[in-house]
Amino acid sequence: MIASEGDLRGLMRAALDGDKAAYRTLLDRLSQHLRAYYRGKLARIGRSQTEAEDLVQDALLAIHTRQHTYDTDEPFTPWVQAIARYKLIDHLRRNRLSMADVPIEDAGDFEARDDHTGSESAHDLDRLLAGLPEKMRRAIRFVKLDGLSVAEAAQRCGMSESAIKVSVHRGIKAMATAISQGKGR
Amino acid sequence: MRTDQLIEILSTNSGPADRRQLTRGIGLAVALGAGAALCIALLALGVRPDLAAPGALGFLLLKLAFTAGIVVLAARLLTRVSRPGGASGGRVLTALLPFAGLLALAALSLASAPSAHWDRMVVGHMWLECLVSIPIIAVVPFAILVWAVRRFAAPTDLVRTGALVGLVAGGISAMGYALHCVDDSVPFVALWYGGTIASCTLVGAMLGPRLLRW
Repeated sequence: MIASEGDLRGLMRAALDGDKAAYRTLLDRLSQHLRAYYRGKLARIGRSQTEAEDLVQDALLAIHTRQHTYDTDEPFTPWVQAIARYKLIDHLRRNRLSMADVPIEDAGDFEARDDHTGSESAHDLDRLLAGLPEKMRRAIRFVKLDGLSVAEAAQRCGMSESAIKVSVHRGIKAMATAISQGKGR
Repeated sequence: MRTDQLIEILSTNSGPADRRQLTRGIGLAVALGAGAALCIALLALGVRPDLAAPGALGFLLLKLAFTAGIVVLAARLLTRVSRPGGASGGRVLTALLPFAGLLALAALSLASAPSAHWDRMVVGHMWLECLVSIPIIAVVPFAILVWAVRRFAAPTDLVRTGALVGLVAGGISAMGYALHCVDDSVPFVALWYGGTIASCTLVGAMLGPRLLRW
């Protein structure tokens, strides 16, 4: 993780300036780091890989919704690590697991490994979507899952393009809240 | 849900981020909290009646300088500590500087006065009112600050962040109370202002892990 600090920080800065491609690359790479980190931690207390993937997604959502709290003058890795660690502790507390068995401070585990395939969490996308108001659900389905352009989705929903964008944005926030409250499993 | 689906959803939803959101949010909360504390202090207690008396204005300014110093210093620290990973290191301890300064002044003032006066200088007239008013007035700015931290920040050390929220709220509250307070001695301010603000900090540290989770 330390070796890629410069790269990741560059990607994060570009992402904060609105570069979507950089943001995507960043989340992709972070998800690998996070996966290695959570699998390592949870394996030691005999928890499943699906549970690790839940945490990866929790952390990605936290990074997404709180991205403005990154101070670009500070190093990026400690910011991500603090979020990853916070979400782990929160998860363990929520599930009444002891933190004593998990060596939280072991930074060496925060390395990327290419074990991307088949990484699915227990968050049920359909159930999460079902919890959203109709407008948000349709907007997310059309734009994000069916791959329509915003203009096409706007036409199908009979809404303006900006209304579609707002619906998608609000829908994602609502899903993030639902996931952090442990719904959708 | 697959993680690559989530990344797809998140990355097509991204845009330029407002990087000053956190600082602005906390600044706004401090301003709102100060306005609220001022209103409560003025409406419930009123400005001290002896403002024209010799020395009264000087002491009011001293109290305001001490409390405003705490507020500014602690609020700046809060904008750092309430970011992920921002609480590392001993940076938080700089919030103690105004207390150390005031304690030094109080010791000087006691040393230069005859010991027969110490009692009155430390206990003052209205110590009980001070002890009760500052924590009560602090409730409103505390609530506003908790809201702002939950809304705009992402603290990962909830004890330290809670302590700073309590410290800022206590400082704001003491600023409001200072307008009413007629006890003019440095040891009084050091003990009763310092003590109540410190207790607000302690309560904040205790409530932080419950109130600031995100």
